Amino acid sequence: MEATAPIPAWRNNLATIAALMVRAKNELVRVPGAAIPGVLAPTIFFLGLNGVFGGLIHLGGFDTSSYESFIVPVSMLQGAGFTGAAAGVNLARDYEQGWVDRLLVSPAPRWVLLSGNVLAASLRALIPATFVLAIAFVLGAQWPGVDGLVICYLMVMAMAAVAACWGSMLALRYKSQSAAPLMQAGMMALVLLTPAYAPLALLQPWLEKVARINPVTQVIEAARQGFIGSVTWADTWPGLLALAGLLVVLGALALREMRRTNV
Amino acid sequence: MTSLATSARVVRALGARSIRQTFRRPQLISPIIVFPTLLLAIQTGGAGAGIELPGFPPVQSFLQFMLAGSMMQSMMLAGNSGGIAFAVDIEMGFTDRLFAAPIPRFAIVLGRLAGTAALGLFASLWFFAIGLIFGAHIEGGVPGALLAMALVTTSAMGVGGIGAAIALRTGSASVVQGLFPLVLVVLFLSSAFFPQALMIEPAKTIAEYNPLSFIVEGVREPIIAGIDATQTLEAVAAIAGLLVFSIVLSARALRHRLRVG
Repeated sequence: MEATAPIPAWRNNLATIAALMVRAKNELVRVPGAAIPGVLAPTIFFLGLNGVFGGLIHLGGFDTSSYESFIVPVSMLQGAGFTGAAAGVNLARDYEQGWVDRLLVSPAPRWVLLSGNVLAASLRALIPATFVLAIAFVLGAQWPGVDGLVICYLMVMAMAAVAACWGSMLALRYKSQSAAPLMQAGMMALVLLTPAYAPLALLQPWLEKVARINPVTQVIEAARQGFIGSVTWADTWPGLLALAGLLVVLGALALREMRRTNV
Repeated sequence: MTSLATSARVVRALGARSIRQTFRRPQLISPIIVFPTLLLAIQTGGAGAGIELPGFPPVQSFLQFMLAGSMMQSMMLAGNSGGIAFAVDIEMGFTDRLFAAPIPRFAIVLGRLAGTAALGLFASLWFFAIGLIFGAHIEGGVPGALLAMALVTTSAMGVGGIGAAIALRTGSASVVQGLFPLVLVVLFLSSAFFPQALMIEPAKTIAEYNPLSFIVEGVREPIIAGIDATQTLEAVAAIAGLLVFSIVLSARALRHRLRVG
């Protein structure tokens, strides 16, 4: 009898991650309404903030004369935050319905289960980001250049992964959708306690201090650079470093919660 | 016991239940307190320099200006949360049991609205407390604060009526929850967060005619300048219109719910 070669573990892991991502995509296809709140919220914030605070541009200190250009990366990152938090809410729902229990008794490693959820959120974040960006271009936002656009999308996808780690950590800790406000509020604070509305020099002193130590400030500056000027490595690497740090810390915490979760 | 006294007891009991329900569920209390407070902090810190723009009304600080907007946001989200909770009651059959009880039907809706109004009052107290803690002056003094609280409380009843009407009409919590973005749209297209004159078109023109702008200016004036009869009357007229609209809508939705069961 001919012996069958065992399938390498990495291939099994990749197949599991792909299957979890397809499951997340199926939710979008089968429940089209599921994506609407995640798209609507950042769009409304973008249009609302632009209409309400657009006059701030006359204060001076902005590196652009277009408030749309200044605010659009913030709204794209906000959409990523909402999408990542929604991944946490979905995980909590899956836990309540017993789906997570079934995953946990499977031979898939815990990090693989977490990666499927996080990577799906990363891809899903492209939908609100693209929608908001299209509206911003219609309203007259500056073209950021191909490099600026690639960096912005990279920041959006990584931010969604950070938010998904945060949401997953809370979902696995509280095991209830009741934790949803905490997931959303945490991300909202992280994204908006930055030079989101105005440059650092125009912020109130307390917010300036918070923004300077908030790592997402570097992410916003990196995502914004193409929209308000030219793209430079000096403005890019701090954002990449900040996201890598956030991913390591929150990913480790989410993984710890997943390992502590018993069936 | 007279029927009026019975109705009052029902309204009080259902109102108290709705307040307890809100405070027990993080999903209901967060939009009323956590998110508006967070946005107040962020917008005050981020857009505070806006008071230096030519044409900005004279204010002590941007926080003082923003308090009315945060109260409005909280009040509107209280109405939305009240509608969601009402729809959950319908989905779970609790409202059917109330319909079968020997109590006036209007008291069921009024009980929910009383709860929402109380949450509006709580929201105004919350934001006054935050304002005072962080150094905002209330130029209208105690009478001004009481007037603002009264306007927010009655507005909450009006907005809650719309939420209750949609809950009764659809019987679906997710439909009422879907109105959340609409609440944000109405808020952004009003003078809740920035002076209407300094907003960008088309938001500027829409805000000029948005009834919420009249209410928010009526609440803001006692805080930033003192009681002004014209703005108070405009706010009262806008709230009266909102109340009439929401009562008519609720009554029609209640009839529909009783018909379809």
